[in-house]
Amino acid sequence: MTLVVEQLLNGLQFGLMLFLIAAGLTLVFGIMDIMNLAHGSLYMAGAYVAAETMQRTGSFLFAVLVAAVATGVVGLVLERLLIRRLAVRDHLAQVLGTYAIILIANDLVKMIWGPAPVMLNMPAALSGPVRLLPDLMYPAYRLMIIVCGVAAAIGLYWFVTRTRAGVLVRAGASNRQMATLMGVRVPLLFLGVFTIGAMLAAVAGALLGPITAVQVGMGEEILILVLVCIVIGGIGSIRGAFVGALLVGMVDTAGRAFLPMLLREVLPPAMASGLASTFAAISIYLLMAVVLVFRPAGLFPARG
Amino acid sequence: MRKSIVGAWGLLLVLAAFPFIAEAAGLDFYVSVVRRMLIYALAATSLNLILGYGGMVALGHAAFFGAGAYAVGILESYGIQAGLIVWPVAAVLAAILALLIGAVSLRTRGVYFIMITLAFAQMVYYIFISLRQYGGEDGLNLAGYSSLPGVDLADSNSFYYVVLGMFAVLMWAFGQLVNSRFGTALQGIRENESRMESLGYPVFRLKLTAFVISGAVAGLAGALLANHNLFISPSLMHWTQSANLLVMVLVGGIGLRYGGVVGAIVMLTLEEALRMWTEYWHLPLGILLLCVVFGAPRGIAGLVAPWFAPAARGERS
Repeated sequence: MTLVVEQLLNGLQFGLMLFLIAAGLTLVFGIMDIMNLAHGSLYMAGAYVAAETMQRTGSFLFAVLVAAVATGVVGLVLERLLIRRLAVRDHLAQVLGTYAIILIANDLVKMIWGPAPVMLNMPAALSGPVRLLPDLMYPAYRLMIIVCGVAAAIGLYWFVTRTRAGVLVRAGASNRQMATLMGVRVPLLFLGVFTIGAMLAAVAGALLGPITAVQVGMGEEILILVLVCIVIGGIGSIRGAFVGALLVGMVDTAGRAFLPMLLREVLPPAMASGLASTFAAISIYLLMAVVLVFRPAGLFPARG
Repeated sequence: MRKSIVGAWGLLLVLAAFPFIAEAAGLDFYVSVVRRMLIYALAATSLNLILGYGGMVALGHAAFFGAGAYAVGILESYGIQAGLIVWPVAAVLAAILALLIGAVSLRTRGVYFIMITLAFAQMVYYIFISLRQYGGEDGLNLAGYSSLPGVDLADSNSFYYVVLGMFAVLMWAFGQLVNSRFGTALQGIRENESRMESLGYPVFRLKLTAFVISGAVAGLAGALLANHNLFISPSLMHWTQSANLLVMVLVGGIGLRYGGVVGAIVMLTLEEALRMWTEYWHLPLGILLLCVVFGAPRGIAGLVAPWFAPAARGERS
C-alpha cells in the first residue's frame, strides 16, 4: 500500500514537471501552429545554467531563478531571430529549422560544459525524507517539486482564465486570424508566450536536474514525452496539456513500477520481466495511439 | 528529358567505374564510404516518395530503416543468412510495420501527423531496446554477411556492385512510379487533397500505398546497412535518424527525383569532412541546415534541376 502511494506521488511529480514544459509548448503550437522541436533544448539550458549557478553560489533558489531568467532571455532572442521567421513557413521547414537549433544547442553546451554530465546538487535542507503517513516516508525534495508544480499549475490556470492577457492567449490559440482581426497584437503575444514557455521549461529543467542526469541529449529525451502529452491533451489547450501530462506521468511511472509485479503473477518470471519492460517502455505511446484513434484532435481540442 | 537520361547514365557509369578509380588512386577505403552513401541514398529516396511527392511530413522513417536492419540480425541468430530470403523478408516486415503505423497515422493531419509518426517510431525504438535477447540497448554484432548465390559480400567490391545494382534498379523503378498514374495522383494529393477526394480518388488508400512502398524500400536499405556495418543497434531507429533522413531529402531537393541521392551524398560527405576537422561537427551542420531552410527551400538538386529538366517545374506546379 505504501508502495502504491509512493509510486502515485512519483507519477504526480513527474507529470507536473512534464506539464511545466508542455504548457509553453502547447501554446506555441496553438497560437502559431509551429512545430518546435527545440523546446527540449530550453529545458536543457535551464538545467545547465542552474547547475553552474548552484556550483558558484550554493543557493538552490537563486539557481532556479537565474536559470529561468537566463533561459527566458535565450528564448526571447531565439524567437526574434528564428522562430518568428519559421512560423510563416510550412511544417517541414519548421521541423528542420528547429532540428538545426537542437544540433547547434547541443554542441554549444558541449563546448561550454564538456561532454560529461554535470552535477546539480539538491539543497541540503531538502535532501532527507519526510514522514507523510505513519509508515510512509517520502523524499522532501520530491515533495517540494510537487508543491512547486501544483503552484505553477494554479498560477497558469489563474493567468489563462482570469487575466486579460490570458484571454488574449486563449483567443490567439483558438483562432489566430480572428484574434488578429479583433485587434490582438498576435506577434507580441507570441513573443511573450514563447518567453514564458522557455522560462517554465527552464524551471522544470532546474528542478528535475538533481534527480535526473544533467547531460547533453536530456532535452530530446523529454521533448518526445512532452509532445505525447500535448497530442493526448489536444494542441493549444492548457487544460489538455495538464491532463495529458498527468496521464503520461502516472502511466509511465505506474507501468515501470507495477507491470513487472502484475505480470509475474500470471506468467513465468523470465517471460514476465521481458514483457513488462517492453510494455512499460511503450505504454504511453500506446495510450497516445488509443486516444488518437478515438479523438483524432486530442482530449480537449482548442479549436472548435 | 534527354539530358536527364544522359545524366542518369553518366552518374551510373561514374559509380560503376569508381572502385577501379579508387584502386588506381590507392583509396580503396572510399569504396565502402560510397557504398554507405548509396544505401542512405536509397533510404532518403524512399522518404522523398512520401515527403516530396505525397506531401506527408513523416518524422518516423528510421523505424522502417531499423526494422529492416534488425530483420537481418534476428534471422541470422536463427541461422538464416541467405540474402535471397533475408532481404525480401526485411522489406516485407518493414512494409507491414508501415501498413500498421500508416493506417493509424494517416488519419491525422499537419502537426499531428508529424508527432504521431515520431511517437510510433520511438515506440519501435523502445521495443528493440527492451529486446535483451537481441542485444538490447548495446546492439548486436552480426557473425557474417548475408550469402548470395555466386557473390561473396565479404569482398568489398562485390558488395559495392550488389548495392549499386539494387540502387540503379530501384532508382529506375522510382522514376517510373512517380510518373505513373499512381505517382501523378499522389502529387495531386500533395497539391490539393480535398480536390482529389472530390474527383473520386481513393485518397487514403493511395497515401497508405505510398507509405507502405516507402517503408519497404527503407527496410531493404536497412538490411543493406546491417550488412555494411555488420552491426545493428536501436540507435538506427532513434528519432534523430529520422530527422537526418528528412535533412538529406531537404538538402538534396524535396520532390525531385535525385533529391534523396544528392542529399545523402552531400550530407555524408560533409559529416566525414567536418568530423576530420572538428569534434563539434554538429554546430556547422546546424548552421548550414538553417542556411538551406532559409536560403534554398528546394535544396541543392532544386538549384541544379532547371538545367537538366526545364519542363519539370511546369509539370509540377
